[in-house]
Amino acid sequence: MPEPLLKIEHLGIEFHTRRGTLVAVDDISFDVLPGEVFGIVGESGAGKSLTGQAIIGLLEPPGRIGAGRIFLNDQRIDQLPYHQMRRIRGKKIGMIFQDPLTSLNPLYTVGKQLVETILTHSEMTPNQAHQHTIALLDEVGIPAAEKRIGHYPHQFSGGMRQRVVIALALCVSPSLIIADEPTTALDVSIQAQIIALLKGLCKEHDTAVILITHDMGVIAEISDRVAVMYAGRLVEVGEVRDIVKNPKHPYSQGLMGSIPSLHHKSEELIQIEGTMPGLMEIPPGCAFHPRCPHAFDRCRQRRPGLIDTKPSKVACWLFENEDRSGNT
Amino acid sequence: MKSVLRIQDTVYRFFDSDIWYSFKKSKVTIAAACVTVIMILSALTAPWIAPHNTFDPATLDLMDAFTPPVWYEDGTPKFLLGTDDQGRDIFSTILYGSRISLFVAFASMLLAMILGVTLGLVSGYLGGAIESIIMRIADVQISFPAILIVLLISGVARSVLPNVRHEEMAVWVLIFAIGISNWVHFARTVRGSTMVEKNMEYVQSARVIGRRRAAIMFRHILPNVMGPVLVIGTIGLAVAVLTEATISFLGVGVPPTEPSLGTLIRIGQSFLFAGEWWIVIFPGVALIILVLAVNLLGDWMRDALNPKLR
Amino acid sequence: MPALIIRRIIQSVLVMLTVAVVAFTLFRYVGDPVSQMVGQETTIAEREQLREDLGLNDPIIVQFVRFALNTVQGKFGISFRLGRPVNELFAERLPATLELSLVAALFSLVMGIPMGVYTGLYPDRVLSKVFQTISLIGISLPTFLIGILLILFFGVLLSWLPTFGRGDVIQLGWWSTGLLTDSGLKAVVMPAFTLGMFQLTLIMRLVRSEIMEVLRTDYIKFARARGLTNRAVHFGHALKNTLVPVITITGLQLGSIIAFAIITETVFQWPGMGLLFLQSIQFADVPVMSTYLILIAFFFVVINLIVDILYHVVDPRLRFDESVVLSH
Repeated sequence: MPEPLLKIEHLGIEFHTRRGTLVAVDDISFDVLPGEVFGIVGESGAGKSLTGQAIIGLLEPPGRIGAGRIFLNDQRIDQLPYHQMRRIRGKKIGMIFQDPLTSLNPLYTVGKQLVETILTHSEMTPNQAHQHTIALLDEVGIPAAEKRIGHYPHQFSGGMRQRVVIALALCVSPSLIIADEPTTALDVSIQAQIIALLKGLCKEHDTAVILITHDMGVIAEISDRVAVMYAGRLVEVGEVRDIVKNPKHPYSQGLMGSIPSLHHKSEELIQIEGTMPGLMEIPPGCAFHPRCPHAFDRCRQRRPGLIDTKPSKVACWLFENEDRSGNT
Repeated sequence: MKSVLRIQDTVYRFFDSDIWYSFKKSKVTIAAACVTVIMILSALTAPWIAPHNTFDPATLDLMDAFTPPVWYEDGTPKFLLGTDDQGRDIFSTILYGSRISLFVAFASMLLAMILGVTLGLVSGYLGGAIESIIMRIADVQISFPAILIVLLISGVARSVLPNVRHEEMAVWVLIFAIGISNWVHFARTVRGSTMVEKNMEYVQSARVIGRRRAAIMFRHILPNVMGPVLVIGTIGLAVAVLTEATISFLGVGVPPTEPSLGTLIRIGQSFLFAGEWWIVIFPGVALIILVLAVNLLGDWMRDALNPKLR
Repeated sequence: MPALIIRRIIQSVLVMLTVAVVAFTLFRYVGDPVSQMVGQETTIAEREQLREDLGLNDPIIVQFVRFALNTVQGKFGISFRLGRPVNELFAERLPATLELSLVAALFSLVMGIPMGVYTGLYPDRVLSKVFQTISLIGISLPTFLIGILLILFFGVLLSWLPTFGRGDVIQLGWWSTGLLTDSGLKAVVMPAFTLGMFQLTLIMRLVRSEIMEVLRTDYIKFARARGLTNRAVHFGHALKNTLVPVITITGLQLGSIIAFAIITETVFQWPGMGLLFLQSIQFADVPVMSTYLILIAFFFVVINLIVDILYHVVDPRLRFDESVVLSH
């Protein structure tokens, strides 16, 4: 088992408001291996984006990391001062956002934005950077790259813009990219292309990807492993194959069951009763118990930790007896 | 009974709301609100609390002219802040002057609000040619500074009305002029909000039921677009006070027999060099405090009501 | 773009025509031109003759066209109050007002933009609070009061600067400038400061709110996520996007400055157009009033045109697609 690239240990993210401190992400831990595509899936508000922001150090106040540690290549990064973190951003960790139109500065050409990023993090001369930029645009599949380098963002279509964004994130070869809902703002027909592009490029550059999305289909397409988040907590982590075919946590079962499939015979789509609780209304014990068909007393009283039932980990009392990590 | 409960409920909700919270938190705003309230109260009650009635020529005595404030050797407690060139008590004149300034400001703001909100509702809801015309006029008017418009209207009134009538009507002309010059901001905001509300379900339902357009606009949409109007109103109030003061300072505002704060400052400027500084400074300070307080209130209201900044 | 320019010019002409109509109505129908010009003893017959001679009995359209043609040639009639041709009066006064306005505008820009940027980038620092207080004072203090306070302080108490008038003036052909003489320069300081103060406050607040808005955008977040330096983010990206709307508003404010000069000129007895206009209001001198109106409208229209063109040059989105809605 290779050394993990990114280690998240007991991360907690909280918001200080006048009504008290709200916990948005509560004690989550996972690892990301070099070069792998790691998906984080869950509904809106589950805390996925916040996790991504925390990793790259761009949590906006009043949000802050309340607990836990984040390690990149065994270096602790969650407490680094701004200017040190800045050197890591872009160079070691990249991030791409949901809407490619608003992600690009409308007043600068695409080429200028790329060259600027390259020059910030590398020792290249402007000329070299220029050449590198053309190569990059080519690599992400933008035709006539040499001409388009002088174009402005609004002159590109939605899918092309997202390609530019990917080029910008990859241009100085970071070892990890956090993709926060990269396809949500795109047409369905383009989504598949972008996802394939992302996967292909990352495999080629040996870049790990944390893919944050609510779309289970996308996860199933390109992820190696996946973590399911619910109400700020991790409920299941494991290989994508295992979790999709054989989801253990009742919430994951609901998620998988809600993916329509063109292959299987049409069965009814499973719908989970109720909604995910807001930050102020998280029940004691397991956060999912009010909606869980299998809930029993223990679930209402104590919150389950991640139980290692190889091959995946589940946070559910149903699997207490299958704990194979050596702890009881 | 129901209405009492509703009022009670509204009061409780107000004190529990974010608005009250941010109000309490900002000491500056509380101070500003207190000052505004004090000034408004004293202006309103001027006829009762002012030591002298400075508008009555019979009470004036030229021998009292140029008395310095009470802490000077030549001062007397009769004229706390001194007198001007006609023997008028500065303190009383400030009170009466504030009264006029506030009256003109409120009245013109009300006019601007009524005019602007109505035009905004109409153009937002009805659209089409009416909207185009109203908005064109608005566009043209807004590129001219309000002062110019007020001056022009004053000038026209002056040449159209014979002298005596002009004196009587001056205050109303002023209110009209300032009101006309300020309706555009209200209209634009309300129009924007109306266009958004127009497509909401409650409006559709009202239409389906068959309510008349006027009823829809004023009973249904209006309450929902009033929020920003209030904020603009507070700011506009400060602007109106300043505008009136400026126009009076320039000599084309309120008639000289009923001086407002601006008029006082105008009179006072000529005596600055002679050393009678109190004629200018005290009214000036009063004006500054009034406008500052209203501005702070407006600023706070804008921040409190702005969902983006929460 | 040429199509755009032509369209704007046509709009401008329309506006000028409307203003001309208003001015004409003023000129012709407000007050009676004849009674203003003659004494009490003139007989009715003589007045009628005068009316005929002045063409006041011709059809309205004819009168209007005559008025318009005269205006375009610069024949603005004779002042009721001073008995001199209006265009002479304005030619004497125009340089004074324009010089004052330009100096004031420059002052407000040179001080206002940096102050706004600073308070927008570092809102919690002490200096920012100081600037904010200044801005509050600037908005609350009416222009005339600022002028008077300055006169009191620097003129009466300290005797550093002259308290009224324009100082010595040098004639350059038709233009008279006060900027080349020592006393002229000293004389322009306080009036320019007074006139520019309000604009400075406006610009500062505008820049501040724009920059705060810009700092919240996705492209700034993305720029930070790419690890660009603070300098690049603040001054390369944020500032440029901030200045674009600021240019427009400032340009439009120039016309406002020229109008506000009325007040400043009154306080300082500055021999400009504004003072002339004010006196014409006090004495119902209609020819001067309507000429001032036309001149101001002309300035506004020309400035608007220039600003529009400038805006299109600066913002690349507008260059290509007219119908793009700005997302500011």
